[in-house]
Amino acid sequence: MLTSQAEYPSGMEVEIVPVEGELNVGPQHPGSGHMRIYVKLNGDIIVDAELDPGYVHRAVEKLSEVRNYMHLIPLVERPAILDSIHMNLGYIMAVEKILGVDVPERALYLRTLAAEVNRIASHLYGTGILAIFLGHSTGFMWGFGDREVWVEVLQALTGARVTNSYIIPGGVRRDLTPAIKEMIEKAIAYQRKKVQDWYKIFVRNPNIRDRLENVGVMSRENAIKWGAVGPNLRASGVYYDVRKIEPYAAYDKVDFEIPVYKEGDAYARLLVRFEEIEQSMRILEQVIKNIPEGNILSDRFFKQIPPTRLKKWWEGQRRIVFPGYYASFRPPKGEAVSRVEAARGELLYYVVSDGSPHPYRLRMITPSYRLIQVFQELAKGSRYADLVAIYGSLDYFPPEADR
Amino acid sequence: MAQQAHPQSILNNVISQVVAKFKVIGKAESDRRGFIQVDKSQILQVAEFLKSLGYDHVKSVTGIDYPDTKEFEVVYHISSYSNIDLAKTILALKTRTKYEDPKVPSLYSIWESVWTGERETYEMLGIIFEGHPDLRRLFLPEDFEGVYPLRKSYKLKTEGLFVDKPS
Repeated sequence: MLTSQAEYPSGMEVEIVPVEGELNVGPQHPGSGHMRIYVKLNGDIIVDAELDPGYVHRAVEKLSEVRNYMHLIPLVERPAILDSIHMNLGYIMAVEKILGVDVPERALYLRTLAAEVNRIASHLYGTGILAIFLGHSTGFMWGFGDREVWVEVLQALTGARVTNSYIIPGGVRRDLTPAIKEMIEKAIAYQRKKVQDWYKIFVRNPNIRDRLENVGVMSRENAIKWGAVGPNLRASGVYYDVRKIEPYAAYDKVDFEIPVYKEGDAYARLLVRFEEIEQSMRILEQVIKNIPEGNILSDRFFKQIPPTRLKKWWEGQRRIVFPGYYASFRPPKGEAVSRVEAARGELLYYVVSDGSPHPYRLRMITPSYRLIQVFQELAKGSRYADLVAIYGSLDYFPPEADR
Repeated sequence: MAQQAHPQSILNNVISQVVAKFKVIGKAESDRRGFIQVDKSQILQVAEFLKSLGYDHVKSVTGIDYPDTKEFEVVYHISSYSNIDLAKTILALKTRTKYEDPKVPSLYSIWESVWTGERETYEMLGIIFEGHPDLRRLFLPEDFEGVYPLRKSYKLKTEGLFVDKPS
């Protein structure tokens, strides 16, 4: 049998016996959502890691063949209920491209507003999960506690905490009110103060730094080769954010920066997320300040709402009731590719229409889907104890990957 | 909404280079989206050429079933991270294959980022990507071995609102 001797500074000799074996991590909720990681170990070094996703598969792509376009909105949101605005937005952008609809400017601003609130909530959720993976229970409680503030904002705006179904073809469902504006201002003030505490107790905590620095290092070349996305890509020194590369909604009208780090380790990924929270709050401030007056639904659809219903819902409460057109519209033949920067990274939809009320093919590529390969490759060669740090720092979310 | 492609756009330039070099069909639908339709025997050379121009990753691999012509279409959406001008574009590289021969060459040797997408397309449609290092089921459970749910011949059974015993 092979043995090796390791010498410690104290002079104490420790005999290391290489032990090989396999371990199943999961599938019962190793983090957030069910997924199995099949790990081959030599000692505590991971020789090979294989991801076994699919435990929370929702068959979005197959079900899209039998659902009308409108009925698909709640379905595409389900894979990432905590980031549902983005799932909704990307899908609607692809449908709008096929339909050829123009969206009023106020609705574009509202889309940006909802998306950024959702981004902050999602980053806080991801940080909470990372914290509990590392055994930092306070970070977990704070992450979910702070997220609550943003989820309440979303509830005030859209009527639902998660799976908001807020974005519809041609616009959004509800308008911004002065009370919500005030709520967002309060939330920003609270979060800014709280982020300072976060840095003290979590981000700059020596224990956390030890667990994350130089762990799961992804070089720039590997990030590009494996097609990494989002904050993970930007932590590896690639300047790529769909909001800047291909501005959608109102992102070309607001001023914000894209944090990029060169280190590529788990700690850099955490820092990118924290700095993005601040950038998102900057965007929110600008949206609240500069949002133009106007309608929140394209005239093409707005004109189809019966006047009595308009009077009751739009004039009284600034809410859109769906025109009958939505129930089973048939877009022209064609295809569209849309991309948005969801909280975890680039989200891509490819919709093929054959002129019927259902998509002929709907392809949904979520950020976590593209992280499957990244996660697997990064785990190889790392220590077993670091598996959770890599998992948490990538913000990999199984339901989002499975779709 | 539907913008025409600018004749001098970078995407138009790329596509016309490929069309001239490989005698294939291609078009820039706008400054940011375009497609190239190639025969599967040419796809590796075309992909190699696109990579040399700076397209460095694949965003998605999509398989589509066309029962009318008894064909599968495979669509690779490719783009770039390292070249910021190409990053603004998404190019669809399309190829088709007949039902009798559901095999296409894997692009893994050119872009490793096809790993997940090709594997999923294999399990969902039964298209075999020759040269893929790990072509096994990914998301589906064991009893889906040999069953390809994203083929149009796989019909979804929808239950009524009240599920009764079969009469």
